[in-house]
Amino acid sequence: MEQSIWLALLSTGVVAGTPILFAALGEILTERAGILNLGVEGMMLVGAVTGFMVTMSTHNQWMGLLMAIVAGGLMALIHAFLSITLRANQVVSGLALTIFGTGLSGFLGKDLIGVPLTDTFKPIPIAGLSEIPWIGDILFKHDALVYISYGLIFILWFFLYRTKTGLELRAVGENPAAADAAGINVFAIRYACVIAGGMLAGAAGAYLSLAYAPSWLENMTAGRGWIAVALVIFGTWNPLRAFLGSFFFGTIDVMGFTMQTIGIQIPSFFLKMLPYIFTIAVLIVVTRETKTRRVASPEALSIPYNREER
Amino acid sequence: MVEMINITKRFPGILANDRVSFSVKAGEIHALLGENGAGKSTLMSILTGLYRPDEGEIRIQGNPVDLQSPRDAVAHGIGMVHQHFKLVKPFTVAENIILGLKGIKEVYNLKSIDESVAQLSREYGLHIQPDSPIWQLSVGEQQRAEIVKILFRGAEILILDEPTAVLTPQEAKDLYKTLRKMADLGKAIIVISHKLSEVLAHTDAITVLRGGRSVGTVRTKETSEMELTRMMVGRPVMLETVKNPVNRSSKVLELHNLSALGNRGQFALKEINLDIYGGEIVGIAGVAGNGQRELAEVVAGLRAIERGQKKVDGNDLTLASPKQMIQAGVSYVPEDRLGTGLVPNLNAMENYLLKGVQKMPSGFINWKQVAQETAEVIKKYDIKVPNPKNPVKMLSGGNLQKLLLGREISGKPRLIVTMYPMRGLDVGAMETIRSLLLQERDRGAAVLLISEELEELFALSDRLAVLHGGEVMGVVDPHKTTFEDVGLMMAGKRMAAHG
Repeated sequence: MEQSIWLALLSTGVVAGTPILFAALGEILTERAGILNLGVEGMMLVGAVTGFMVTMSTHNQWMGLLMAIVAGGLMALIHAFLSITLRANQVVSGLALTIFGTGLSGFLGKDLIGVPLTDTFKPIPIAGLSEIPWIGDILFKHDALVYISYGLIFILWFFLYRTKTGLELRAVGENPAAADAAGINVFAIRYACVIAGGMLAGAAGAYLSLAYAPSWLENMTAGRGWIAVALVIFGTWNPLRAFLGSFFFGTIDVMGFTMQTIGIQIPSFFLKMLPYIFTIAVLIVVTRETKTRRVASPEALSIPYNREER
Repeated sequence: MVEMINITKRFPGILANDRVSFSVKAGEIHALLGENGAGKSTLMSILTGLYRPDEGEIRIQGNPVDLQSPRDAVAHGIGMVHQHFKLVKPFTVAENIILGLKGIKEVYNLKSIDESVAQLSREYGLHIQPDSPIWQLSVGEQQRAEIVKILFRGAEILILDEPTAVLTPQEAKDLYKTLRKMADLGKAIIVISHKLSEVLAHTDAITVLRGGRSVGTVRTKETSEMELTRMMVGRPVMLETVKNPVNRSSKVLELHNLSALGNRGQFALKEINLDIYGGEIVGIAGVAGNGQRELAEVVAGLRAIERGQKKVDGNDLTLASPKQMIQAGVSYVPEDRLGTGLVPNLNAMENYLLKGVQKMPSGFINWKQVAQETAEVIKKYDIKVPNPKNPVKMLSGGNLQKLLLGREISGKPRLIVTMYPMRGLDVGAMETIRSLLLQERDRGAAVLLISEELEELFALSDRLAVLHGGEVMGVVDPHKTTFEDVGLMMAGKRMAAHG
């Protein structure tokens, strides 16, 4: 196989992985604070449709992105209220959020299907870095949001492991009773993380409708939100590992097209299945791994905190 | 240093503290002694700012203070080591110490914090590695981490809630040595306890609470075990348990070279060899977390056996399910009465029925019969059930335990496995449970009694096995051995079996 095809595959893999990465980083933040939000898919869809609509009317894709982030945050607020204040079952609440988001985005976007969009995020090669052989082609010839996602990985990592607030946040996810006793506001931290996670999911959706495939299609996330949830486990709640995972899934996602261009005959339905098959496989492997290692999930994950029930 | 004057605290329907006065001086170790429900925890919760008193005054160094929250209490130099440690397990000692601490920079330097923690722990003789994660530490080390955490916050008044409950006798001795050192450095130490011997050996003064009232404060030097017991219970109590001579029959339970995994996939039981005969009580001593729970679960059929063999009455039941174990006559009274033992939201009748539902041949429930049988048990064991149709979670610990044990005994089991059966019970309920276990032994049942209380084990057991790190350190005759020897075995020393 030619070198250029490999480069194209890996380079589009990065792009295809970017929405998954945004969503996974958001979910890492959420789960580190002890809340499981399975509404990622729904928040992404609402983000995607909001971003598309706002960009259409304002002709400014940055405005679209901003409103997608706001929309994702508002969606997450529903989950935060249900799971933190009302202490509802987080699985049920998250699933409801996904179903709600799917329906809402379909309703809002029913007149937008097939409408072309001109104001999109376009690739901006970074001078110097993009000249590096291989790495430059794979990593540094993309749009601005991809570069933002690189930055976010390191910011989130530093925040979680090197700052006081990050320490408090992890304590809330591991042992909220201990955090509460130490004078940390468990509810405020959980709210903030769930909302911030939703904002990132909104951005992930906007990436799909404004950069990756600039258009609106009903259900255009096609399960990427779920892959992001699985990726959090794959990445053992660590932003650095989440990048590797999203790159991996992004590459598998686009592999189908690449294979078709070089003439390998594989049914397209099979290729569409690939990322999900890998998701299941990865979950099996990682779950077995986390059982024996000490990198288990945050201990209080998905357990509502009730001060009176200590 | 601290004075609590005429503190009264009411909860709906209960007078938890009734004009209690209590004072501690700097440089003193002061014990707060009393049974469960005597009001010790409420009083200390008031001092730590968790509850607010309805009446009364708190003075610190002579000045009246108003403690509105735990933060206020910390600001006044009051710190508490809770019975259940408030530590984040994946974090290091130093990370736990700075958690929620004011004056820590947003981007902190963990190295310099490690150093100041190490320095502080050296000062008080509390050996601890600041950079080791909590989950790697023993319970004693975790307790030291909690103490260092409190000292780091500038505490002058330290409250410890049942600090030795989870320690070996040697670790407990070390703890009191540290506490003495802290008192010598001018701290005031309050120890909440119900262990008479320990309080008598290591404290300067003792305040006894009973039924929410203060019975009095005595100097430790001037009091005795008898006097303290009378103060605690309000009447003289038989501390000695009267026991018939042991009348062993055939082997009921045999464990041969038995190994089993714990929840984290490591071996929690290693090559256990233990036989229990009908008509005897075999006690299992050990610090919590050394394989006791796994042992009980293995015997009850709830945990898979990796290697080795388990027999009941000579039948190989190594691979038996819990149902088969029940059919073989094994009865399990687990550690958490209101979780594994009983279903909190079901009522007494339904809970009673859970074990007997297989006895309903038609598959339909004969409620009349169940009601009658439950009423018999309730009457026989004097269980206070206001209404047998209320969920059992509304019952007190003692009544729950009597209901659970009554249900198990009603099936006339061959073997009773019981974990911490007396934990958290008042003296009256404890006496009932003790005599029930002895009655079962005299009836010919084998009893496996797992406990942390050495007094209890020495009083009830005919033989005593000591677990450490999932291994049996030895089986001894409690009448021919001392607390100290058993304590050494609990810490991992092997002893020749003589029992």
